[in-house]
Amino acid sequence: MPDHSGLRFAETHEWVKKDGDSAIVGISEYAQSQLGDVIYLELPTIGQQLDAGARLGVIESVKAASDLYSPVTGEVSEVNQDLKDHPEYVNEDPYGKGWVIKLRGVKDNPKLLDQNAYDTFVQGQAGS
Amino acid sequence: MVVTAERTPLYEEHVHLGAQMMIFGGWVMPLQYSSIREEHRAVREAVGLFDLSHMGELRVKDESLAQQVVTRDLTRLRPGRIQYAMLCNEAGGIIDDVLAYAVAEGGYLMVVNAGNQDGDFDWIRAHSARTSPSPAAGGQGGGSVLNVGRDWSLIGVQGPRAVGLVQRLTASELGGVKYYAFIEGKVADVACVISRTGYTGEDGFELFCGNEDAVRLWRALLEEGQADGIRPAGLGARDTLRLEAGMRLHGNDIDASTNPLEAGLDWTLSLDKDFIGRDAIAQARQRGLSRVLVGFKMLDRSIPRHGYAVVDNGQRVGTVTSGNVSFTLGYNIGMAYVPPTLAEPGTRFGVDVRGTAAPAEVVALPFYKRPHPK
Repeated sequence: MPDHSGLRFAETHEWVKKDGDSAIVGISEYAQSQLGDVIYLELPTIGQQLDAGARLGVIESVKAASDLYSPVTGEVSEVNQDLKDHPEYVNEDPYGKGWVIKLRGVKDNPKLLDQNAYDTFVQGQAGS
Repeated sequence: MVVTAERTPLYEEHVHLGAQMMIFGGWVMPLQYSSIREEHRAVREAVGLFDLSHMGELRVKDESLAQQVVTRDLTRLRPGRIQYAMLCNEAGGIIDDVLAYAVAEGGYLMVVNAGNQDGDFDWIRAHSARTSPSPAAGGQGGGSVLNVGRDWSLIGVQGPRAVGLVQRLTASELGGVKYYAFIEGKVADVACVISRTGYTGEDGFELFCGNEDAVRLWRALLEEGQADGIRPAGLGARDTLRLEAGMRLHGNDIDASTNPLEAGLDWTLSLDKDFIGRDAIAQARQRGLSRVLVGFKMLDRSIPRHGYAVVDNGQRVGTVTSGNVSFTLGYNIGMAYVPPTLAEPGTRFGVDVRGTAAPAEVVALPFYKRPHPK
Protein backbone atom coordinates (compact mmCIF):
# COMPACT_ATOMS: atom_id res chain seq x y z
CA MET A 1 0.00 0.00 0.00
CA PRO A 2 1.38 3.42 -0.88
CA ASP A 3 1.57 5.89 1.97
CA HIS A 4 -1.32 8.31 1.85
CA SER A 5 -0.87 9.46 5.44
CA GLY A 6 -0.58 13.09 4.42
CA LEU A 7 -3.96 13.06 2.67
CA ARG A 8 -7.14 14.57 4.03
CA PHE A 9 -10.53 13.81 2.53
CA ALA A 10 -13.80 15.65 2.07
CA GLU A 11 -17.12 13.83 2.39
CA THR A 12 -17.62 14.75 -1.28
CA HIS A 13 -14.69 12.38 -2.03
CA GLU A 14 -11.92 14.82 -2.96
CA TRP A 15 -8.51 14.51 -1.31
CA VAL A 16 -6.03 17.27 -0.50
CA LYS A 17 -2.36 17.07 0.36
CA LYS A 18 -0.92 20.21 1.94
CA ASP A 19 2.65 21.38 1.64
CA GLY A 20 3.11 24.64 3.50
CA ASP A 21 0.45 26.99 2.17
CA SER A 22 0.12 25.08 -1.15
CA ALA A 23 -1.89 21.95 -1.78
CA ILE A 24 -2.66 19.30 -4.38
CA VAL A 25 -6.26 18.18 -4.89
CA GLY A 26 -7.65 15.03 -6.50
CA ILE A 27 -10.45 12.52 -6.11
CA SER A 28 -10.34 9.43 -3.95
CA GLU A 29 -9.83 5.84 -5.01
CA TYR A 30 -13.39 5.12 -3.87
CA ALA A 31 -14.75 7.99 -5.99
CA GLN A 32 -12.94 6.87 -9.13
CA SER A 33 -14.16 3.31 -8.66
CA GLN A 34 -17.73 4.53 -8.27
CA LEU A 35 -17.53 6.86 -11.28
CA GLY A 36 -15.99 4.29 -13.59
CA ASP A 37 -14.16 5.33 -16.75
CA VAL A 38 -13.44 9.06 -16.58
CA ILE A 39 -13.72 10.66 -20.02
CA TYR A 40 -13.68 14.42 -19.43
CA LEU A 41 -12.93 17.03 -16.79
CA GLU A 42 -14.04 20.65 -16.76
CA LEU A 43 -11.48 22.45 -14.63
CA PRO A 44 -11.12 25.99 -13.22
CA THR A 45 -8.82 28.65 -14.64
CA ILE A 46 -5.54 29.52 -12.99
CA GLY A 47 -5.91 32.38 -10.55
CA GLN A 48 -9.49 31.51 -9.65
CA GLN A 49 -10.22 31.81 -5.93
CA LEU A 50 -12.04 28.83 -4.43
CA ASP A 51 -13.69 28.56 -1.05
CA ALA A 52 -13.77 25.27 0.81
CA GLY A 53 -16.85 23.41 -0.42
CA ALA A 54 -17.18 25.53 -3.59
CA ARG A 55 -17.62 23.83 -6.93
CA LEU A 56 -14.28 23.61 -8.67
CA GLY A 57 -15.36 21.79 -11.81
CA VAL A 58 -17.10 18.80 -13.31
CA ILE A 59 -15.90 15.26 -13.84
CA GLU A 60 -17.60 13.10 -16.43
CA SER A 61 -17.47 9.36 -16.64
CA VAL A 62 -19.20 7.16 -19.20
CA LYS A 63 -22.03 6.87 -16.69
CA ALA A 64 -22.64 10.46 -15.60
CA ALA A 65 -21.44 14.00 -14.96
CA SER A 66 -20.60 14.89 -11.34
CA ASP A 67 -19.54 18.09 -9.61
CA LEU A 68 -16.15 18.39 -7.96
CA TYR A 69 -15.73 20.54 -4.84
CA SER A 70 -12.66 22.19 -3.41
CA PRO A 71 -11.79 20.63 -0.05
CA VAL A 72 -9.99 23.80 1.07
CA THR A 73 -9.94 27.53 0.46
CA GLY A 74 -7.20 28.74 -1.88
CA GLU A 75 -6.24 30.11 -5.27
CA VAL A 76 -5.82 27.81 -8.29
CA SER A 77 -2.13 27.79 -9.24
CA GLU A 78 -2.13 24.87 -11.68
CA VAL A 79 -4.49 22.42 -13.35
CA ASN A 80 -3.42 18.98 -14.52
CA GLN A 81 -3.10 19.50 -18.28
CA ASP A 82 -2.36 15.81 -18.85
CA LEU A 83 -5.97 14.99 -18.02
CA LYS A 84 -7.13 16.65 -21.26
CA ASP A 85 -5.72 13.82 -23.30
CA HIS A 86 -5.58 11.23 -20.55
CA PRO A 87 -8.63 11.53 -18.31
CA GLU A 88 -8.12 7.82 -17.53
CA TYR A 89 -5.20 8.82 -15.26
CA VAL A 90 -7.85 9.63 -12.66
CA ASN A 91 -8.88 5.96 -12.70
CA GLU A 92 -5.40 4.52 -12.97
CA ASP A 93 -3.63 6.63 -10.38
CA PRO A 94 -6.01 8.91 -8.46
CA TYR A 95 -3.39 9.86 -5.83
CA GLY A 96 -0.56 10.31 -8.33
CA LYS A 97 -0.66 11.33 -11.96
CA GLY A 98 -4.45 11.63 -11.76
CA TRP A 99 -4.22 14.72 -9.50
CA VAL A 100 -6.65 17.47 -10.56
CA ILE A 101 -5.54 20.95 -9.41
CA LYS A 102 -2.97 22.71 -7.26
CA LEU A 103 -3.81 25.58 -4.92
CA ARG A 104 -1.79 28.28 -3.18
CA GLY A 105 -2.60 30.50 -0.23
CA VAL A 106 -4.40 27.53 1.26
CA LYS A 107 -6.29 27.73 4.54
CA ASP A 108 -6.79 24.71 6.78
CA ASN A 109 -10.18 23.06 6.80
CA PRO A 110 -10.71 21.31 10.16
CA LYS A 111 -13.73 19.41 8.81
CA LEU A 112 -11.62 17.18 6.56
CA LEU A 113 -11.18 13.51 7.42
CA ASP A 114 -8.00 11.50 7.72
CA GLN A 115 -7.70 8.20 5.82
CA ASN A 116 -9.17 6.08 8.65
CA ALA A 117 -12.10 8.39 9.24
CA TYR A 118 -12.74 8.60 5.49
CA ASP A 119 -12.61 4.81 5.08
CA THR A 120 -15.15 4.47 7.87
CA PHE A 121 -17.32 7.13 6.23
CA VAL A 122 -17.17 5.31 2.87
CA GLN A 123 -18.07 1.99 4.47
CA GLY A 124 -21.10 3.65 6.01
CA GLN A 125 -22.12 4.97 2.61
CA ALA A 126 -21.63 1.67 0.84
CA GLY A 127 -23.75 -0.09 3.45
CA SER A 128 -26.64 2.34 3.24
CA MET B 1 -44.83 -2.85 -0.78
CA VAL B 2 -41.26 -3.95 -1.31
CA VAL B 3 -40.16 -3.94 -4.91
CA THR B 4 -37.37 -6.41 -5.50
CA ALA B 5 -35.31 -6.35 -8.66
CA GLU B 6 -35.21 -9.67 -10.45
CA ARG B 7 -32.02 -11.68 -10.89
CA THR B 8 -30.99 -13.65 -13.94
CA PRO B 9 -29.65 -17.21 -13.57
CA LEU B 10 -26.17 -15.72 -14.12
CA TYR B 11 -26.32 -13.34 -11.15
CA GLU B 12 -23.81 -15.31 -9.06
CA GLU B 13 -21.43 -15.52 -12.03
CA HIS B 14 -21.40 -11.72 -12.29
CA VAL B 15 -20.74 -11.32 -8.58
CA HIS B 16 -17.86 -13.82 -8.72
CA LEU B 17 -16.40 -11.93 -11.69
CA GLY B 18 -16.41 -8.76 -9.57
CA ALA B 19 -19.08 -6.94 -11.56
CA GLN B 20 -20.49 -3.63 -10.42
CA MET B 21 -24.23 -4.31 -10.47
CA MET B 22 -27.03 -1.90 -11.35
CA ILE B 23 -30.79 -2.07 -11.65
CA PHE B 24 -32.06 -1.82 -15.22
CA GLY B 25 -35.63 -2.41 -16.32
CA GLY B 26 -36.40 -4.01 -12.96
CA TRP B 27 -33.45 -6.43 -13.13
CA VAL B 28 -30.11 -6.52 -11.28
CA MET B 29 -27.58 -6.53 -14.10
CA PRO B 30 -23.83 -6.07 -14.48
CA LEU B 31 -22.95 -2.47 -15.35
CA GLN B 32 -19.27 -3.29 -15.82
CA TYR B 33 -16.77 -5.94 -14.77
CA SER B 34 -13.51 -4.03 -15.16
CA SER B 35 -13.83 -0.95 -17.32
CA ILE B 36 -16.48 0.08 -19.85
CA ARG B 37 -13.71 1.30 -22.14
CA GLU B 38 -11.91 -2.07 -22.08
CA GLU B 39 -15.12 -4.06 -22.49
CA HIS B 40 -16.14 -1.84 -25.41
CA ARG B 41 -12.75 -2.36 -27.05
CA ALA B 42 -12.91 -6.13 -26.55
CA VAL B 43 -16.18 -6.26 -28.48
CA ARG B 44 -14.83 -4.11 -31.33
CA GLU B 45 -11.51 -5.94 -31.58
CA ALA B 46 -12.05 -9.46 -30.22
CA VAL B 47 -15.17 -10.76 -28.52
CA GLY B 48 -17.41 -9.81 -25.60
CA LEU B 49 -19.84 -11.91 -23.60
CA PHE B 50 -23.15 -10.41 -22.44
CA ASP B 51 -25.85 -11.64 -20.10
CA LEU B 52 -29.06 -10.54 -21.80
CA SER B 53 -31.36 -12.78 -19.80
CA HIS B 54 -33.32 -9.76 -18.60
CA MET B 55 -34.74 -9.40 -22.11
CA GLY B 56 -38.31 -10.59 -22.53
CA GLU B 57 -39.60 -13.25 -24.88
CA LEU B 58 -43.24 -13.49 -25.90
CA ARG B 59 -44.53 -16.42 -27.91
CA VAL B 60 -47.26 -15.17 -30.24
CA LYS B 61 -48.71 -18.24 -31.93
CA ASP B 62 -51.56 -16.50 -33.69
CA GLU B 63 -50.21 -15.00 -36.93
CA SER B 64 -53.05 -12.55 -37.41
CA LEU B 65 -52.56 -11.29 -33.87
CA ALA B 66 -48.86 -10.75 -34.50
CA GLN B 67 -49.65 -8.94 -37.74
CA GLN B 68 -52.08 -6.72 -35.84
CA VAL B 69 -49.61 -5.61 -33.17
CA VAL B 70 -46.38 -5.09 -35.10
CA THR B 71 -45.70 -2.39 -37.68
CA ARG B 72 -44.07 -4.62 -40.24
CA ASP B 73 -45.59 -7.14 -42.61
CA LEU B 74 -44.39 -10.49 -41.28
CA THR B 75 -46.18 -12.68 -43.84
CA ARG B 76 -43.15 -12.84 -46.09
CA LEU B 77 -40.84 -13.70 -43.21
CA ARG B 78 -39.84 -17.33 -43.68
CA PRO B 79 -39.29 -19.64 -40.70
CA GLY B 80 -35.79 -19.20 -39.38
CA ARG B 81 -35.68 -15.50 -40.24
CA ILE B 82 -35.92 -12.45 -38.00
CA GLN B 83 -37.21 -8.92 -38.45
CA TYR B 84 -36.93 -5.75 -36.39
CA ALA B 85 -40.30 -4.07 -35.89
CA MET B 86 -42.18 -1.65 -33.66
CA LEU B 87 -45.10 -2.24 -31.33
CA CYS B 88 -47.21 0.93 -31.50
CA ASN B 89 -50.24 2.28 -29.70
CA GLU B 90 -53.30 3.71 -31.50
CA ALA B 91 -51.65 7.14 -31.63
CA GLY B 92 -48.66 5.66 -33.43
CA GLY B 93 -46.40 6.02 -30.38
CA ILE B 94 -43.77 3.35 -29.88
CA ILE B 95 -44.65 1.00 -27.01
CA ASP B 96 -41.57 -1.10 -27.67
CA ASP B 97 -39.15 -2.18 -30.38
CA VAL B 98 -38.97 -5.93 -30.90
CA LEU B 99 -37.29 -8.67 -32.88
CA ALA B 100 -39.85 -11.05 -34.42
CA TYR B 101 -38.56 -14.59 -35.00
CA ALA B 102 -40.62 -16.66 -37.47
CA VAL B 103 -40.95 -20.07 -35.81
CA ALA B 104 -41.25 -23.31 -37.83
CA GLU B 105 -44.28 -24.47 -35.80
CA GLY B 106 -46.08 -21.28 -36.82
CA GLY B 107 -46.33 -17.83 -35.31
CA TYR B 108 -43.52 -15.79 -33.85
CA LEU B 109 -41.22 -15.36 -30.92
CA MET B 110 -40.95 -11.69 -30.03
CA VAL B 111 -37.84 -10.57 -28.17
CA VAL B 112 -38.73 -7.43 -26.25
CA ASN B 113 -37.08 -5.01 -23.83
CA ALA B 114 -36.69 -6.14 -20.22
CA GLY B 115 -38.66 -3.36 -18.62
CA ASN B 116 -41.47 -3.66 -21.16
CA GLN B 117 -42.00 -7.41 -21.20
CA ASP B 118 -45.00 -7.54 -18.90
CA GLY B 119 -46.56 -4.42 -20.40
CA ASP B 120 -46.09 -5.76 -23.92
CA PHE B 121 -47.61 -9.08 -22.88
CA ASP B 122 -50.67 -7.38 -21.39
CA TRP B 123 -51.02 -5.19 -24.48
CA ILE B 124 -50.87 -8.09 -26.92
CA ARG B 125 -53.14 -10.25 -24.78
CA ALA B 126 -55.72 -7.46 -24.60
CA HIS B 127 -55.74 -7.32 -28.38
CA SER B 128 -55.81 -11.08 -28.76
CA ALA B 129 -59.30 -11.07 -27.27
CA ARG B 130 -60.36 -8.92 -30.23
CA THR B 131 -58.64 -10.77 -33.03
CA SER B 132 -59.30 -14.31 -31.75
CA PRO B 133 -62.81 -14.34 -30.33
CA SER B 134 -63.52 -18.00 -30.93
CA PRO B 135 -62.53 -20.59 -28.31
CA ALA B 136 -61.02 -22.67 -31.11
CA ALA B 137 -58.56 -19.89 -31.82
CA GLY B 138 -57.43 -19.73 -28.22
CA GLY B 139 -60.45 -18.72 -26.12
CA GLN B 140 -59.98 -15.29 -24.56
CA GLY B 141 -56.69 -15.11 -26.31
CA GLY B 142 -55.36 -17.13 -23.42
CA GLY B 143 -53.22 -19.48 -25.45
CA SER B 144 -52.33 -17.22 -28.34
CA VAL B 145 -49.64 -15.29 -26.48
CA LEU B 146 -47.34 -16.63 -23.79
CA ASN B 147 -44.89 -14.69 -21.62
CA VAL B 148 -41.87 -17.01 -21.61
CA GLY B 149 -39.12 -14.50 -20.84
CA ARG B 150 -38.49 -15.82 -17.34
CA ASP B 151 -38.02 -19.41 -18.57
CA TRP B 152 -35.23 -18.47 -20.97
CA SER B 153 -31.76 -17.11 -20.59
CA LEU B 154 -30.05 -15.15 -23.32
CA ILE B 155 -26.29 -14.83 -23.79
CA GLY B 156 -24.76 -12.48 -26.36
CA VAL B 157 -21.44 -13.32 -28.01
CA GLN B 158 -20.37 -10.27 -30.01
CA GLY B 159 -17.28 -9.18 -31.87
CA PRO B 160 -15.08 -10.12 -34.83
CA ARG B 161 -14.05 -13.38 -33.14
CA ALA B 162 -17.56 -14.33 -31.97
CA VAL B 163 -18.55 -16.51 -34.90
CA GLY B 164 -15.34 -18.53 -34.77
CA LEU B 165 -15.68 -18.99 -31.03
CA VAL B 166 -19.26 -20.26 -31.15
CA GLN B 167 -18.40 -22.46 -34.14
CA ARG B 168 -15.74 -24.26 -32.09
CA LEU B 169 -18.40 -25.17 -29.55
CA THR B 170 -21.03 -26.50 -31.92
CA ALA B 171 -21.45 -29.16 -34.58
CA SER B 172 -23.98 -26.95 -36.36
CA GLU B 173 -22.68 -25.24 -39.49
CA LEU B 174 -22.85 -21.54 -38.65
CA GLY B 175 -21.57 -20.21 -41.97
CA GLY B 176 -25.03 -20.64 -43.45
CA VAL B 177 -26.75 -18.72 -40.67
CA LYS B 178 -27.12 -15.28 -42.20
CA TYR B 179 -27.49 -12.01 -40.35
CA TYR B 180 -31.01 -11.88 -38.85
CA ALA B 181 -31.50 -15.64 -39.16
CA PHE B 182 -31.51 -18.39 -36.52
CA ILE B 183 -31.24 -22.15 -36.13
CA GLU B 184 -31.65 -24.59 -33.29
CA GLY B 185 -28.55 -26.45 -32.23
CA LYS B 186 -26.27 -27.38 -29.37
CA VAL B 187 -23.54 -25.07 -28.15
CA ALA B 188 -21.22 -26.59 -25.53
CA ASP B 189 -23.74 -29.42 -25.36
CA VAL B 190 -26.52 -27.01 -24.36
CA ALA B 191 -29.66 -26.90 -26.49
CA CYS B 192 -29.91 -23.38 -27.89
CA VAL B 193 -31.59 -21.13 -30.35
CA ILE B 194 -28.59 -19.70 -32.18
CA SER B 195 -29.50 -16.28 -33.51
CA ARG B 196 -27.21 -14.13 -35.66
CA THR B 197 -28.29 -10.85 -34.14
CA GLY B 198 -26.89 -8.27 -31.78
CA TYR B 199 -26.99 -4.77 -30.38
CA THR B 200 -23.36 -3.79 -30.75
CA GLY B 201 -22.72 -3.18 -34.44
CA GLU B 202 -20.51 -6.27 -34.59
CA ASP B 203 -21.07 -9.71 -36.00
CA GLY B 204 -21.97 -12.42 -33.53
CA PHE B 205 -24.69 -14.49 -31.99
CA GLU B 206 -27.33 -14.32 -29.33
CA LEU B 207 -27.90 -17.71 -27.72
CA PHE B 208 -31.20 -18.56 -26.08
CA CYS B 209 -31.17 -21.48 -23.65
CA GLY B 210 -33.15 -22.81 -20.72
CA ASN B 211 -32.40 -21.13 -17.38
CA GLU B 212 -31.03 -24.39 -15.96
CA ASP B 213 -28.29 -24.45 -18.64
CA ALA B 214 -27.30 -20.78 -18.54
CA VAL B 215 -24.35 -21.08 -16.13
CA ARG B 216 -22.91 -24.05 -18.03
CA LEU B 217 -23.13 -22.23 -21.36
CA TRP B 218 -21.73 -18.98 -19.93
CA ARG B 219 -18.71 -20.73 -18.37
CA ALA B 220 -18.03 -22.76 -21.52
CA LEU B 221 -18.00 -19.62 -23.68
CA LEU B 222 -15.77 -17.73 -21.23
CA GLU B 223 -13.32 -20.62 -21.06
CA GLU B 224 -13.19 -21.37 -24.78
CA GLY B 225 -13.01 -17.65 -25.51
CA GLN B 226 -9.83 -17.09 -23.47
CA ALA B 227 -7.78 -17.76 -26.60
CA ASP B 228 -9.76 -15.04 -28.39
CA GLY B 229 -9.29 -12.43 -25.67
CA ILE B 230 -12.90 -12.66 -24.54
CA ARG B 231 -14.19 -10.31 -21.83
CA PRO B 232 -17.51 -10.35 -20.07
CA ALA B 233 -19.16 -7.03 -20.93
CA GLY B 234 -21.83 -5.17 -18.99
CA LEU B 235 -24.67 -2.84 -19.82
CA GLY B 236 -22.30 0.15 -19.81
CA ALA B 237 -20.41 -1.17 -22.83
CA ARG B 238 -23.64 -2.39 -24.39
CA ASP B 239 -24.90 1.21 -24.34
CA THR B 240 -21.74 2.81 -25.79
CA LEU B 241 -21.58 0.08 -28.46
CA ARG B 242 -25.20 0.38 -29.58
CA LEU B 243 -24.92 4.17 -29.68
CA GLU B 244 -21.96 3.99 -32.08
CA ALA B 245 -24.01 1.59 -34.20
CA GLY B 246 -26.86 4.16 -34.26
CA MET B 247 -29.28 1.74 -32.64
CA ARG B 248 -32.18 3.28 -30.76
CA LEU B 249 -32.74 2.50 -27.10
CA HIS B 250 -36.39 2.30 -26.07
CA GLY B 251 -37.00 4.60 -23.12
CA ASN B 252 -34.21 6.93 -24.29
CA ASP B 253 -34.49 7.57 -28.02
CA ILE B 254 -37.95 6.19 -28.67
CA ASP B 255 -41.00 5.82 -26.46
CA ALA B 256 -44.79 6.10 -26.51
CA SER B 257 -44.53 9.85 -27.21
CA THR B 258 -42.51 9.36 -30.41
CA ASN B 259 -43.60 7.71 -33.64
CA PRO B 260 -41.47 5.58 -35.98
CA LEU B 261 -41.35 8.31 -38.66
CA GLU B 262 -39.80 10.83 -36.28
CA ALA B 263 -37.40 8.16 -35.06
CA GLY B 264 -36.12 7.50 -38.59
CA LEU B 265 -37.57 4.00 -38.49
CA ASP B 266 -39.74 4.29 -41.63
CA TRP B 267 -38.19 1.07 -42.89
CA THR B 268 -39.93 -0.87 -40.11
CA LEU B 269 -43.36 0.24 -41.34
CA SER B 270 -45.65 -1.64 -43.72
CA LEU B 271 -48.30 1.03 -44.15
CA ASP B 272 -50.07 -1.10 -46.77
CA LYS B 273 -51.21 -3.56 -44.10
CA ASP B 274 -53.49 -3.00 -41.13
CA PHE B 275 -51.82 -2.68 -37.72
CA ILE B 276 -52.43 -0.79 -34.51
CA GLY B 277 -51.25 2.79 -34.98
CA ARG B 278 -51.18 2.60 -38.76
CA ASP B 279 -53.79 5.30 -39.34
CA ALA B 280 -52.16 7.74 -36.94
CA ILE B 281 -48.76 7.16 -38.53
CA ALA B 282 -50.16 7.59 -42.04
CA GLN B 283 -51.77 10.87 -40.95
CA ALA B 284 -48.55 12.05 -39.35
CA ARG B 285 -46.78 11.42 -42.64
CA GLN B 286 -49.44 13.45 -44.46
CA ARG B 287 -49.13 16.37 -42.05
CA GLY B 288 -45.35 16.36 -42.15
CA LEU B 289 -43.01 15.94 -39.20
CA SER B 290 -42.17 18.64 -36.67
CA ARG B 291 -39.06 16.84 -35.42
CA VAL B 292 -36.76 14.04 -36.47
CA LEU B 293 -34.10 12.00 -34.75
CA VAL B 294 -30.58 12.77 -35.96
CA GLY B 295 -27.09 11.68 -35.11
CA PHE B 296 -24.56 14.37 -34.24
CA LYS B 297 -20.97 14.70 -33.15
CA MET B 298 -19.60 17.25 -30.76
CA LEU B 299 -17.08 19.70 -32.19
CA ASP B 300 -15.53 20.30 -28.77
CA ARG B 301 -14.80 17.90 -25.93
CA SER B 302 -18.02 18.26 -23.99
CA ILE B 303 -20.27 15.27 -23.59
CA PRO B 304 -23.94 15.34 -24.58
CA ARG B 305 -26.37 13.52 -22.28
CA HIS B 306 -29.97 12.35 -22.39
CA GLY B 307 -32.26 15.31 -21.73
CA TYR B 308 -29.85 18.13 -22.65
CA ALA B 309 -31.38 20.88 -24.79
CA VAL B 310 -30.50 21.42 -28.44
CA VAL B 311 -30.19 25.17 -29.07
CA ASP B 312 -30.13 27.23 -32.23
CA ASN B 313 -29.76 31.03 -32.23
CA GLY B 314 -30.28 31.08 -28.48
CA GLN B 315 -33.56 29.17 -28.66
CA ARG B 316 -34.29 25.67 -27.41
CA VAL B 317 -35.25 23.70 -30.53
CA GLY B 318 -34.77 20.07 -29.54
CA THR B 319 -33.61 17.48 -27.05
CA VAL B 320 -30.72 15.07 -26.82
CA THR B 321 -31.92 11.49 -26.31
CA SER B 322 -28.58 9.67 -26.04
CA GLY B 323 -25.01 10.82 -25.84
CA ASN B 324 -21.60 9.69 -24.75
CA VAL B 325 -18.00 9.33 -25.72
CA SER B 326 -17.34 7.18 -28.80
CA PHE B 327 -14.36 5.09 -27.76
CA THR B 328 -13.98 3.77 -31.30
CA LEU B 329 -14.14 7.12 -33.11
CA GLY B 330 -12.37 9.23 -30.52
CA TYR B 331 -14.96 11.99 -30.24
CA ASN B 332 -18.28 12.49 -28.52
CA ILE B 333 -21.55 11.58 -30.20
CA GLY B 334 -25.27 11.68 -29.59
CA MET B 335 -28.76 11.46 -30.98
CA ALA B 336 -31.36 14.21 -30.68
CA TYR B 337 -34.80 15.22 -31.88
CA VAL B 338 -34.48 18.43 -33.91
CA PRO B 339 -36.67 20.32 -36.40
CA PRO B 340 -36.39 18.88 -39.94
CA THR B 341 -34.66 22.11 -41.02
CA LEU B 342 -31.69 21.15 -38.83
CA ALA B 343 -31.55 17.50 -39.85
CA GLU B 344 -29.21 17.54 -42.87
CA PRO B 345 -25.72 16.13 -42.27
CA GLY B 346 -23.32 19.03 -41.92
CA THR B 347 -25.86 21.26 -40.16
CA ARG B 348 -24.57 22.81 -36.95
CA PHE B 349 -26.41 23.48 -33.72
CA GLY B 350 -25.60 23.86 -30.05
CA VAL B 351 -26.02 21.45 -27.18
CA ASP B 352 -26.64 23.14 -23.85
CA VAL B 353 -23.99 21.68 -21.57
CA ARG B 354 -24.29 23.30 -18.14
CA GLY B 355 -25.37 26.62 -19.62
CA THR B 356 -22.92 26.74 -22.52
CA ALA B 357 -23.99 26.09 -26.12
CA ALA B 358 -21.39 23.51 -27.10
CA PRO B 359 -21.00 23.20 -30.89
CA ALA B 360 -22.29 20.05 -32.59
CA GLU B 361 -22.70 18.90 -36.19
CA VAL B 362 -25.26 16.55 -37.70
CA VAL B 363 -23.76 13.33 -39.10
CA ALA B 364 -25.35 10.39 -40.86
CA LEU B 365 -26.29 7.33 -38.80
CA PRO B 366 -24.80 4.93 -37.97
CA PHE B 367 -21.69 6.55 -36.54
CA TYR B 368 -19.81 3.28 -36.82
CA LYS B 369 -20.02 0.42 -39.32
CA ARG B 370 -17.93 -2.66 -38.89
CA PRO B 371 -15.17 -2.98 -41.51
CA HIS B 372 -16.36 -6.14 -43.29
CA PRO B 373 -20.09 -6.63 -42.91
CA LYS B 374 -21.39 -10.06 -43.79
